[in-house]
Amino acid sequence: MAQVLTFRDALRATLMEEMDRNPAVVLLGEDIGVYQGTFRITADFLTRFGPKRVIDTPISELGFVGAAVGMAMLGLRPVVEVMTWNFSLLAADQILNNAAKLRYFSGGQVNVPLVIRGPNGAGVQLSAQHSQSLEALYAHFPGLWVVAPATPADARGLLLTALRGKDPVVFLENAALYGAKGEVPDGDAPIPFGQAEIMRRGHDVTIISYSRMVHLALTAAEQLAQTGIEAEVINLRTLRPLDRETLIRSVRRTHRAVVVQEQWRPFGAAAEIAAVIYEGAFDLLDAPVERVTGADVPMPYARNLELLALPHERDIVAAVQRTLYRQ
Amino acid sequence: MAMHKTKAVTATRHAALGLSDQDLLDMYYYIALARTLDDRMWVLQRAGKAMFVISGPGHEGCQVGAMWPMDKKNDWLVPFYRSVAACLVKGMTPKDILLGLFARAVDPSSGGRQMPGHYGHPGVKILSTSSPVGTQYPHAVGIAYAAKLRKTGEVTMVAIGEGGTSQGDWHEALNWAGIYKLPVIFVVENNFYAISVPLHKQVAGESVAARAAGYGFPGVVADGSDVLECYRVAKEAYDRARRGEGPTLIEYRVERLGSHSSDDQQERYRPKEEIEAARRRDPLVTFRAYLESVGLMDEPRGQALTARIKREIDEATDSADAEPLPDPSTAERHVYATQHDPTYYRADDQIPGPHPMHPWLPGPDGRR
Repeated sequence: MAQVLTFRDALRATLMEEMDRNPAVVLLGEDIGVYQGTFRITADFLTRFGPKRVIDTPISELGFVGAAVGMAMLGLRPVVEVMTWNFSLLAADQILNNAAKLRYFSGGQVNVPLVIRGPNGAGVQLSAQHSQSLEALYAHFPGLWVVAPATPADARGLLLTALRGKDPVVFLENAALYGAKGEVPDGDAPIPFGQAEIMRRGHDVTIISYSRMVHLALTAAEQLAQTGIEAEVINLRTLRPLDRETLIRSVRRTHRAVVVQEQWRPFGAAAEIAAVIYEGAFDLLDAPVERVTGADVPMPYARNLELLALPHERDIVAAVQRTLYRQ
Repeated sequence: MAMHKTKAVTATRHAALGLSDQDLLDMYYYIALARTLDDRMWVLQRAGKAMFVISGPGHEGCQVGAMWPMDKKNDWLVPFYRSVAACLVKGMTPKDILLGLFARAVDPSSGGRQMPGHYGHPGVKILSTSSPVGTQYPHAVGIAYAAKLRKTGEVTMVAIGEGGTSQGDWHEALNWAGIYKLPVIFVVENNFYAISVPLHKQVAGESVAARAAGYGFPGVVADGSDVLECYRVAKEAYDRARRGEGPTLIEYRVERLGSHSSDDQQERYRPKEEIEAARRRDPLVTFRAYLESVGLMDEPRGQALTARIKREIDEATDSADAEPLPDPSTAERHVYATQHDPTYYRADDQIPGPHPMHPWLPGPDGRR
């Protein structure tokens, strides 16, 4: 059985179920209680679970992420909502230097079962300090798992895995997807980290992406099908761990690859993914791996400029055509 | 411990505080033990047996005073790199600390993963030092929050130097603890220097304790060369925390008798006279003088104690030095608890396994 839910409701229901099931789960964040969350992921949580488990924090990212690290070391299971991942940079030291490393430098004695979640990537006219995609930054660091769901089913399954693991998880949502609907399986079905999903089968080219860009890739694939090009579309679901096997297997069949990311091109996720493809399928490639990325500028506010700075379906179509030497 | 008994002819300061003669002798033992261990670590570093030392000569008195009212089984200590004496009182042994100095496999803080002086020992409820100063303060607040939520009665003591109080972490932690009235004791061991930067360039107004007022709880100052006073203010803070009245900030004004670390020479930036004057406020000296004044210490007993401590440190040194370095085949352990990535990390639930992606470790033949 499955039901159709929005991405938001999939997150909300999963969090709620897990809080019912496990009294160690506590939520922290700005405006998550009375206000019910900037994106209403925590609607009704305060009345249901009370202020001790749904903690409205001071505006203090470093402080509340640090406190959550302390709680996690003691066996609570804090879920921190960052109003946007952009603000996580205020807590970067607690995430990258502490949460990610405490287990290692305690010689495996201390777990930090911490989930940090919130919207990542561009919205609509939110400018440079609300629009960044920070997945490559966080995926660079050993000690963190980095999750980027594309569908409501991903959101539920990956959040369940995050909430039941023992390691810190960077859970990257996308505000533009919160209202997106999709089938979500009922029941207790965590999606393991590191298992990409092939969303569309095809034999001419592999388009690899994650989070919101998967939907652009699917739209582009439909457009390409009109011209007789069958693209395979892979939704990575998690960047760390990266499901190398699925994407290498696919590219070995299609001999061409396009990687799509919203973030800036230099040193981005697509560069790592392209390198993995070269390492695993070099002899079977018929064209260089193409990258479709955001423009290398801080996100401008004006809507026309913002649209130019973001990847578009037509960019993916053009990249695919380049790999096929059609243009 | 020396089993000496004194006649209580007059009411002593320590008796008025509820401390027995044996308490005093034990406290002095820990101060002297920490100092001897500290000296040994510097000798070992200079002799090339360790890369780096950072420690707390001059801070031992306030640490032992602060720790003495603690329920050592139940309460948490979140130390910093000068907390040698505090960690010893909490239950780490000199050998435990030397294992960290030597980066041995059985180092209880990290198994040779973290620098010396970054103490952690969940077994005796010590968590857990990072190098960026200040980060332990929010951790302590989270630990205290968890204790309050679960009604465990645990009190958390966290320590830092005055330099760390400039960090946002420090202020954010105090703000949180004040809002939620958490059972946490914030200790600041103010030794007037953050590496080379003096107090007046670090702390506007030059009072750390005064800052507590802004966060809605008491801040007190105690002289770190007066161990009994250090104990008294800590006892009050523990009592407050246990009564559910929330945090206390304690500023201990101490002397830094050595350089910041083995990579530093304080003679380059501190006047000679100042360093000399600091030695007169050494808690090892001042506390011993108190013990002598109440008839608990004299030359023969002092010599016996010194000999006993030297023997303990000698044994700890030899025993720690004899332990092996971490096995290279374990170098990637402890990054993750749970295996999600078979091509990269061998998480602790999936040991051992092949490691095909990054052959940075030697094979069985010792070659890369």
